[in-house]
Amino acid sequence: MPLPYTELVMEHFRHPRNVGQIDDADAKAVEGSPACGDMVAVYLKVDFESQRITDIKFESYGCASNIATGSIITELAKGKTLEEARNITWKEASEALGGLPPIKSHCSVLAVDGLRSAIENYEERHGLVKERKPTTVEVVRKRLKRVMNPVTGLDLVRTRMIEDIEVSDGMVRVVIDLPADHQFANNIRDEISEKIEPRWDVERVLVEFTE
Amino acid sequence: MFENVIYFDNGAATRMDERVLEAMKPYFFDLYAVATSQFGYSSGVDARDALDNARGEMAAALGANPEEFLFTSGSTESSNLALKGVALALVKQKGRHVVTSPLEDFPVWHSARALEKQGFQVTHVRVDETGRVDLDHLRESITPETILVSIQAANQEIGTLQDLKAIGEISREKGALFHADATHSFLRVPLDVREVPVDLVTVSAHTIHGPKGIGGLYVREGTPIRKWMNGGFQEFDLRPGVENIPGAVGFAKALELVTPEETAHLQRMRDRLIERLLQVPHTRLNGHPIHRLPHNANISFRFVEGESLLLHLDMRGFAVSTGSACFSRSLEASHVMLGIGGDHERAHGSVRFTFGRYNKEEDVDAVVEAVAEVVTELRRISPLGKD
Repeated sequence: MPLPYTELVMEHFRHPRNVGQIDDADAKAVEGSPACGDMVAVYLKVDFESQRITDIKFESYGCASNIATGSIITELAKGKTLEEARNITWKEASEALGGLPPIKSHCSVLAVDGLRSAIENYEERHGLVKERKPTTVEVVRKRLKRVMNPVTGLDLVRTRMIEDIEVSDGMVRVVIDLPADHQFANNIRDEISEKIEPRWDVERVLVEFTE
Repeated sequence: MFENVIYFDNGAATRMDERVLEAMKPYFFDLYAVATSQFGYSSGVDARDALDNARGEMAAALGANPEEFLFTSGSTESSNLALKGVALALVKQKGRHVVTSPLEDFPVWHSARALEKQGFQVTHVRVDETGRVDLDHLRESITPETILVSIQAANQEIGTLQDLKAIGEISREKGALFHADATHSFLRVPLDVREVPVDLVTVSAHTIHGPKGIGGLYVREGTPIRKWMNGGFQEFDLRPGVENIPGAVGFAKALELVTPEETAHLQRMRDRLIERLLQVPHTRLNGHPIHRLPHNANISFRFVEGESLLLHLDMRGFAVSTGSACFSRSLEASHVMLGIGGDHERAHGSVRFTFGRYNKEEDVDAVVEAVAEVVTELRRISPLGKD
């Protein structure tokens, strides 16, 4: 058996739980993309009265970690209220699998983001108005907490990789404390762009390195 | 344990042939002296003879003279020496321009990048969607300041072969040196330096059932090149260090054991694999269908990701490789797949099969069946391809 994965990860990889679509889903979300090589789709059925998730299914395109975290998130979320499910963290998902290698922690972030997006989708469908908040340095920093450093498996903010953030006129500039030719420099740049560019008032994202 | 694995990753490393080990053994336990000068003690002289014999065999396989072949620690070192050694020699007298392809393996790719950081300009010649170099663009790209053209003999991932004779002639015509990384084509595709105007050639033992940790660099007589490692004066004062005599002897033995009949056999298996795998829906072959390595097949499967495919195949006892970002050490999709105009998805879904001496006919059908099952299962759980 390959060593980097726990028995639990391998089990969820070989036999993922709750795979599929829900035709009359109350909510649906997709996170990631084929371009990333990492994608998860989450479908929810929610009981309106209790706000509990009565059914949840997922589909996955990606590596073993991606499939396993998609599977575990459905097990963690089923039967929970939307509030409880929203509060499931990527760490909990990872721990429920017995841990993931640091380089794969972004997969559990993706699975959690997929679940949270599905919950947001439910709320949008049920008329909970979402104000469009302007993108500020704080908003960018919060988003950067969803970008993982593949070396440590912890996010960029926590590992103090953010040298500077600048927001002006639709342009967001992030300076990362790494050499430009670092093994993961390109990967980190891509991940940052993906997290910030979709925001409604952002036109361009510039990622720079300190060396 | 590994004996039970059906191994299709010969492009990464090969099982060493027992006969190679037998040839190497005396040089570990008996004739273990260093190759001292010809005025040294007798076992040192014997060691030198063994090294010279190995060198002679390697050179002859390329149509070269023995003095034109250096042993190195592998193709990474050979390619570094080629690029940086020529750069050191020519930067002042000729220029700072290098021409290379966007599909090179990492040693050439990153050596060129390192030169860029030191103020060199690097031009990437255009390639078509099968990976073949655009010869007209090559001709246009070479200037009087170009010190080196470095274009591989064959691609490590998609298997596409380059027209080395044409590339060499263009380089000569325009006054630039030509280096070819032949790590993956050596002995499987003929290369004679008396017929091909190439100045430097990288080779390695690890792809032909020889030992890891030994490779070579052919350097045509008169090629301006400087050593970049400092130490003693071995390998014609171009590559210092205690000579790896067991390695050199093993390399030469491995060379002897590769035959055209064996290569033809690998090609038959390759063709059978490609034909059967392309029957799986939503697949495509990567690389040139005809000008490709006889032992390489690279296929992209839509809607599924390479690392999960690889792991499923591993659980069924097959070893393959993939161009998926998840699988790479930098989390980036294969620059080769992107370099031929493929999108990320095509890279993530690509699987490389490379054949070797120990593959059997029945292995091909077994892996095709396994791949078909695994791809079906992964497509079942995939959000893509459904409507």
